[in-house]
Amino acid sequence: MLFLKNYAWPWALARAGILGMNRRNHSYISRYNPRRLYPLVDDKLKTKRIAMAAGVAVPELIGIIREQHQVSRFSEMVKDRPGFCIKPARGSGGRGIAVIVRHQEGFYYKPSGRPETIQDLERHISNILAGLFSLGGKPDTAIVENLIHFDDVFAGYSFEGVPDTRVIIFRGFPVMAMMRLSTAASGGKANLHQGAVGVGLCLRTGRALRAVQFNRPVRRHPDTGLDLHALRVPGWDTLLRLAASCYEMSGLGYIGTDLVLDKQHGPLLLELNARPGLSIQIANGRGLLPSLSAVEEFGDTALNVARRIEFAQKRFGVFEP
Amino acid sequence: MVSRKSFYLLVALLACTGIGMTVYNNVVMGVPLTPGEKRQIWSIEAKMEFTATGEPVIASMAVAGTQKGFTLLSRTAASPGYGLAFIEKDGAERAEWSIRAATGRQRLYYQIDMLVDPSARPAEPPVPPPVVKDFEREPYATAMAQILGRAQERSADPYTLTREIIREIDNQAQNAELLKGYMPRAGLVARLLNNADVPARTVYALMLEDGRRRQQLIEYLQVFKDGGYELFNPQTGEQGQPRNMLLWEYGSAPLLDIAGGRNSRVTFSMIVQKQPVSVALAKKNELSERVTISIHGLPLEEQALFKGLLLIPIGVVILVFLRLIIGIKTSGTFMPVLIAMAFIQTQLLTGLVGFVLIVGSGLVIRAYLSRLNLLLVARISAVIIMVIMMIGIFSALAFKLGLTDGMKITFFPMIILAWTIERMSILWEEEGPREVMKQGGGSLLAAVIAYLAMDSELIRHLTFNFLGLQLVLMAAVLLLGNYTGYKLSELKRFKPLADDMNAGRNGL
Ligand SMILES: Nc1ncnc2c1ncn2[C@@H]1O[C@H](COP(=O)(O)OP(=O)(O)O)[C@@H](O)[C@H]1O
Ligand SMILES: [Mg+2]
Repeated sequence: MLFLKNYAWPWALARAGILGMNRRNHSYISRYNPRRLYPLVDDKLKTKRIAMAAGVAVPELIGIIREQHQVSRFSEMVKDRPGFCIKPARGSGGRGIAVIVRHQEGFYYKPSGRPETIQDLERHISNILAGLFSLGGKPDTAIVENLIHFDDVFAGYSFEGVPDTRVIIFRGFPVMAMMRLSTAASGGKANLHQGAVGVGLCLRTGRALRAVQFNRPVRRHPDTGLDLHALRVPGWDTLLRLAASCYEMSGLGYIGTDLVLDKQHGPLLLELNARPGLSIQIANGRGLLPSLSAVEEFGDTALNVARRIEFAQKRFGVFEP
Repeated sequence: MVSRKSFYLLVALLACTGIGMTVYNNVVMGVPLTPGEKRQIWSIEAKMEFTATGEPVIASMAVAGTQKGFTLLSRTAASPGYGLAFIEKDGAERAEWSIRAATGRQRLYYQIDMLVDPSARPAEPPVPPPVVKDFEREPYATAMAQILGRAQERSADPYTLTREIIREIDNQAQNAELLKGYMPRAGLVARLLNNADVPARTVYALMLEDGRRRQQLIEYLQVFKDGGYELFNPQTGEQGQPRNMLLWEYGSAPLLDIAGGRNSRVTFSMIVQKQPVSVALAKKNELSERVTISIHGLPLEEQALFKGLLLIPIGVVILVFLRLIIGIKTSGTFMPVLIAMAFIQTQLLTGLVGFVLIVGSGLVIRAYLSRLNLLLVARISAVIIMVIMMIGIFSALAFKLGLTDGMKITFFPMIILAWTIERMSILWEEEGPREVMKQGGGSLLAAVIAYLAMDSELIRHLTFNFLGLQLVLMAAVLLLGNYTGYKLSELKRFKPLADDMNAGRNGL
């Protein structure tokens, strides 16, 4: 019976308002996300396009590679770009993302400082084109975009990676937010299950609520030792507005928006997720269900972005402004 | 979206239809629910002997067909020189032998296999014979009238009348003695019943006893009432058909009818075999002319194919359960089912060892391939070729070592294996060996569980013989597709969160 200790009772989770995978898929994703809109968010290139059309800022596109024979043009493409990021248009969960911070004399350096040759990168692009990182192994497109230089306020909060902010937008209302900080354990990636730190954020102020790594609360960043509870995202309202406007832009009722704060360009939209993960609840120390029900019950989707944010901050915010 | 109500209606409909078909197959068609049961098959040989007079011979004999309690599986006749035809006469079948000329003692053999089958029914219900009232000569007429008169006073319907007549014959010893020389007992009872306007006739039956030879048919009495009938033992008046009694002649016709021969007689010998239900059912359905929803009607080869196919839904349901309720992570949605199918061919241990061996060495070689800088399609192809070579080497090796089971690893789905290796190796590079173990282990666990279910004799028997169960499985999958509760894995994943929230440690 000892192993039972590791398991919670289902009703304990239900009482805590925790959203499970089956419920998420059944009652939220398939109910509020029309299938025909999926390609818009599953293909990062299309997301970029609709975002630009809607006036939402995105990282600058350097180029795209669609065919194998175009791979040789790659070094030409990034010649004048010190830093860039290669990603599969239809990838997910951080798979197939290669970040290069600078290159010099034919060597391309990752955030960890590891050098890669042009052959390494070309092979990586070939793999992307062949569909290694896309769902079901379908042939894919490689996107090369400008490196994001994250805002200095996050210096020391993230180890070898760009911290991104995830906001869950339900029917246009922000319902929960967190920041993901990469660590040495997560290999510079911002995926929580790989050991990144998740910091729950107050919707009203953008201040840290609590931080977790491997599902356990942590107080300090494991690599840099900075106090995670002191974290506060600057320009929080602008960022929220950007996230909430993705509802009109995509037409999807339940999405996760990935945003980054760029030094020069301010908040940028990295990608949209039609199947956002559930760990955000652990980072926030709260279940999603109460907020989702509140929106379903009282949220008026005809409101404009500003009013929706007002509604969400009033109901779901934690700290006083 | 379909409304909840009509969804549950659909599920209920599927489940009910499925269960209904299953019950029908079980109760009406007599297919047992467990595979262990054996069925008796009686092999009965009738030997007909007569002396031919040198003229053309036509010998006709009543033969038993499918009837209450017995299904005719096969019949053969050995009768050198004779032509043989089966003809239908008054609703009952007869075998008719013919030859232009024969002399001396003739022996004709006729053999049938009868399946003991509680659900068996004749193709057409038996027709009551016409009521024949002949006016008897005296003193028989008076004797018969006395018996019938007494019996009628104490009876209410044809069946009770039959019993009373038989009892009365025993009571009125004098009359009985008189009539005994006039008519055989069963015939006498039938005639008396006819006189009381009850259709009845003598039928000839065989008592089945294993290993008996030179048996004779016995007379039995068949009494009709309202479209149904009952059998009576004309000696004792006992009602009903004994379990080991087979009706041989039941068409108001003589057992034997020979033109061109005399001194005829028929004797019977019989043995019983016990066969597994599946064999018996297969034989039964080979013959069945009824249109039934059963795969048994297909040629044997297709049946074998279907047997495998019908197991897949079981594996799929188990996988859906493991993924939605338990939350096991597998690499490739239905890959474990395919692996489980391979395990069925290879047996579990050989399969497991083979799988781990192939995927393990595949990962090692794949690590080398990744340094060759190949395009993905070419690399997968290389992995496929490599997998095939490895399978070849392993099976040759196993054969050399005398492990004939080892050769069966050729049953593994190679393309799937190649993709598994490719995925695992990427997973290794990207997420480390832990995740490989987790997903690989999850897939294997799911495959083993699916295998255990699919390999069970009971489940094979059920899926193969009860097609209705597929509908039940369908209903189960639909229901599972609507499960919005937590997965078992989530109970663990969110346990710390729930604890923190309870303890007020959620950072506020
Ligand atoms: N242009 C970029 N510059 C620097 N880092 C990036 C860039 N694009 C993505 N990343 C890093 O990769 C991570 C995942 O990127 P994202 O576009 O969200 O892809 P995915 O769908 O795989 O999650 C981000 O959290 C960020 O850390
Ligand atoms: Mg992302």
